[in-house]
Amino acid sequence: MHSPPTIEHSWPDAIHAQFRRIGIRQVGYVPDAGHSRLITLCKDDPQIADVVLTTEEEGVGLVAGAALGGQRAALLMQSSGVGNCINMFSLLRNCGFGCVILVTMRGEFGEFNPWQVPMGSITEDGLRLAGFLTYRIESPDDVDDIVGAGCDMAFDGNLQVAILLSQRLIGRKQWTK
Amino acid sequence: MMDRREFVRELLVDRGDLLVVPGLGSATYDVAAAGDHPLNFYLWGAMGGTVMIGLGLALARPDRRVVAMPGDGDMLMGLGSLATIGVKQPKNLVIVVLDNAHYGETGMQPSHTYAGIDFAALALACRFKHARTVARLAEAADVRALLHSGDGPILVNAKIDAEDVPRVLPLRDGHAIKQRFIEALNSA
Repeated sequence: MHSPPTIEHSWPDAIHAQFRRIGIRQVGYVPDAGHSRLITLCKDDPQIADVVLTTEEEGVGLVAGAALGGQRAALLMQSSGVGNCINMFSLLRNCGFGCVILVTMRGEFGEFNPWQVPMGSITEDGLRLAGFLTYRIESPDDVDDIVGAGCDMAFDGNLQVAILLSQRLIGRKQWTK
Repeated sequence: MMDRREFVRELLVDRGDLLVVPGLGSATYDVAAAGDHPLNFYLWGAMGGTVMIGLGLALARPDRRVVAMPGDGDMLMGLGSLATIGVKQPKNLVIVVLDNAHYGETGMQPSHTYAGIDFAALALACRFKHARTVARLAEAADVRALLHSGDGPILVNAKIDAEDVPRVLPLRDGHAIKQRFIEALNSA
């Protein structure tokens, strides 16, 4: 059963629309609750090859390979996944591969699980140290504008761009048991 | 066991329009020694990422044949990639692992394959269409045929000698390697 669209559903749709506009053809991801709607939109899009990964680090190689073949790629991950990629990010910087990463934040606003906090609290700094431009989104109203600007910078200039979707935007993780 | 340079040279004879991604270290030197080519994407790092670069490239260019050539240490670091490739089933991707059962760049310490870990069996468990281990140079022609026309995903584990061979160092500037590759691919 599909529930009617709500404001909570509109921001993943805005990201997907930007993917279409900029011509994203491959999307790598590890399944994630915060990205679930965007993942579904990408899987249902015949223009996009969706690649489910065993670890986020694999996605860095995927982006590089896609670019060698003339395709633009994006990665979807949780903040914890950023830590899994740090050394492999060297590939993007060394060769100048344009890349957009959408990061759903954990370990901040209203986090239930303290084990998410150590990585969540260093995610943005870690990305910057690895050479990424970072943008943070707190409000659904800013998603279209910031994701669009980030995609343009990544692929016009072969830059590495990370867009952090705050836990306040995504909503607190709901624990049912 | 095979001489690694002879084996790689045999694989890349009459390579046509193959796109080749050798892993860091000896694999990159072996592919360079077989003859520099703009459609080689030499890696000098990104250990564990070689076969995923191959997947991204294979998905982007289904009209071309893609060969990822990691060493055994590189393949071990990205074992999960075999499962990821098994899900996507790229028909045009072949992995050739140059397996000398040792970490050549760090002083020839034995790797997991020295203890019998079997990449071909792992690949089959990950739903690769075909996987085999080769250990004789006479089998190189069969492997070459797989590179050009085998139904992927395919993994060939090539057992090579653990001898030290002279380094053949190709381009090292990542931007230059990338740009040369993309220009050659676009002009083909």
